[in-house]
Amino acid sequence: MDNESLPARQNDIVRLENAYKIYPMGAEQVNALAGVTISFKQGSFWAIMGPSGSGKSTMMNIIGCLDHLSKGHYILQGHDVSNLDDNALSDIRLKYLGFIFQSFNLIPQLTVQKNIELPLYYLGWDAIESAKRAKELAAMVGLQGRLGHRPTELSGGQMQRVAIARALANDPQILLADEPTGNLDTATGEQILELLAELNRQGKTIIMVTHESYIAAYADKRLHMKDGVIDSIEGNGDEAK
Amino acid sequence: MKQNRFVRNILLGIENLLLHKLRSFLTMLGVVFGVGSVVAMLSVGEGASKEALEQIRKLGSNNIIISSIKSIDEEAASTAHSHMSIYGLTYEDHDRIAGTINTIKQTAPVKLIRKEARLMSRAMELRVVGTTPQWFELVKRPVLAGRILLDSDIRDKSAVTVLTEFGARKLLATENTIGQPLRIGGDYFEVVGIIKSESGQAGNIQIPDQQVDAYIPIDIARKYFGDIVTRRTSGGRERELVELHQIIIDVDNTDNVESTAVALEQLLNRFHKKKDYQISVPLALLKQAEATKRTFNIVLGSIAGISLLVGGIGIMNIMLASVTERTREIGIRRAIGAKRKQIIVQFLIETVVLSTLGGIVGLGVGVLIPMAITYFTEMPTVLTLLGVLLPLLISISIGIIFGLYPAINAARVDPIVALRHE
Ligand SMILES: Nc1ncnc2c1ncn2[C@@H]1O[C@H](COP(=O)(O)OP(=O)(O)O)[C@@H](O)[C@H]1O
Ligand SMILES: [Mg+2]
Repeated sequence: MDNESLPARQNDIVRLENAYKIYPMGAEQVNALAGVTISFKQGSFWAIMGPSGSGKSTMMNIIGCLDHLSKGHYILQGHDVSNLDDNALSDIRLKYLGFIFQSFNLIPQLTVQKNIELPLYYLGWDAIESAKRAKELAAMVGLQGRLGHRPTELSGGQMQRVAIARALANDPQILLADEPTGNLDTATGEQILELLAELNRQGKTIIMVTHESYIAAYADKRLHMKDGVIDSIEGNGDEAK
Repeated sequence: MKQNRFVRNILLGIENLLLHKLRSFLTMLGVVFGVGSVVAMLSVGEGASKEALEQIRKLGSNNIIISSIKSIDEEAASTAHSHMSIYGLTYEDHDRIAGTINTIKQTAPVKLIRKEARLMSRAMELRVVGTTPQWFELVKRPVLAGRILLDSDIRDKSAVTVLTEFGARKLLATENTIGQPLRIGGDYFEVVGIIKSESGQAGNIQIPDQQVDAYIPIDIARKYFGDIVTRRTSGGRERELVELHQIIIDVDNTDNVESTAVALEQLLNRFHKKKDYQISVPLALLKQAEATKRTFNIVLGSIAGISLLVGGIGIMNIMLASVTERTREIGIRRAIGAKRKQIIVQFLIETVVLSTLGGIVGLGVGVLIPMAITYFTEMPTVLTLLGVLLPLLISISIGIIFGLYPAINAARVDPIVALRHE
């Protein structure tokens, strides 16, 4: 295997080194990731693109500490997390990562406020502090009046805003978004992307999967996947960013 | 802070259960009925056995009661004309028992006489017992007025009588009756006292004073009334010679009761050709009652166990369904950073809240049932602290035991699978 691993640089927040994710399929194997080496810099905004089955979601799951690599290394903020156990990975998700999903994944029985507070609950915040923070976050994503509503009473765009507020509750370094506009109409999708771009300007590193090139245009860097390997990288951001 | 978190976990559990009120309620029912039946049965069982044990204690757990009985062939022969039945305990038996068995502390002979009696203008047939002052040591009853029989009465061959409460009631005797003459048969006795009486039965043994109206010194009884009883029957006259109807024996030590009963049996067997006596041991009854209670508790425990098991399985079933239904929620919580342990705790608390709530409601039902039973049937029921705490403890344990598997299932949910777009 050609390990053309570049030396990890200081401001690499996420780095995959010769990363493999192999699924056994009967006698065959599927290489969902087949030797990926890439660095994401602190504060960058990436769009991951590629045809269906090219390994985008697999890569997001690895970066999101929801899954283990079969081979290779995942270095998060300078620490090799490839071999951490479930508890340690849960802790990393809780403290450093925020997730935004295509289907929002709010808990329907809980109010907007309780949904936003969810990470704080697991962080051990007390109820009063949590409520205060939930209010601030709701205001920030433009949902001030909606804290008492249930997700089913909201529009798709509003639900995704709640999800973003929830993803921001733990003040994460990295936001991971798997097709965040997949279930939204174009206008609403663009509003959500404006919000993500604003968060990126405030310093969050954002890694986003998308099919749409007009959505990908919001990112500084575009990574094209194909058959589990990197097909190409294009970017309008400067190399140092 | 830690405490606060625990309380919040419980509140979260209650909130989740309130989302499905009807389902939670139906799920709880199994535990409600399980715990309810345990509490009710425990309290009814406890009440019944307490009453039985009290009755036996009234007989005296150190006592042995020997009674005269008419043997079967004597019974058959007595139908013949002018036949005299001779059977039962004798004065000699009494002396021998008192003299030879050294584990016996004291004895009281009992001679039963039925005689017409008259106090002032009131006439009644009375059941009179000829006995010794020892009787009042063995069958202790509070004195309501006057005194009991004394050794001096025996020594002086005094014609005195002590009424029981029953007898006093029949004769309309009161405190003022003390000192008055009571005619029994053709003879006069001075009423010297009235004592309280007990009624009731323990097993097949009657409380000794249950059918007694008056006591007189045994020697006087023998002298005045003799040992032969003549009764008029439809076929003619029936005559019986019975010296003593009962001997009550007080054993020195509870440990010696059984061996003394065996010794008594051997002794009497030597001098009685026919089995015309019966030995009753209240202690044996006590032990039997305790054994019955143990058996009852085992049966009850099994029934309770089964109903609680059914309740527990019901809870487990619903919780498993709930985990499946809430796979996505679990996936979300896990993705956000909840540890497996925290998911287990969340579901376990939900189950325990459910089963404990069921336990509390069941306790309410289980307390009401025995109260209703006592109210309507006068059957005694006893609610013990254990009878309350045990079912509660069990219902909490059920929550943990039957909640663990669904909770572990919940923790096994893979967030990647759970969150895949539908
Ligand atoms: N759990 C799995 N078991 C087996 N194969 C899988 C599994 N997850 C993904 N794959 C396979 O890995 C490849 C990449 O999948 P994925 O990362 O979901 O692609 P994308 O998100 O780009 O559509 C696909 O061929 C897919 O079938
Ligand atoms: Mg995908």
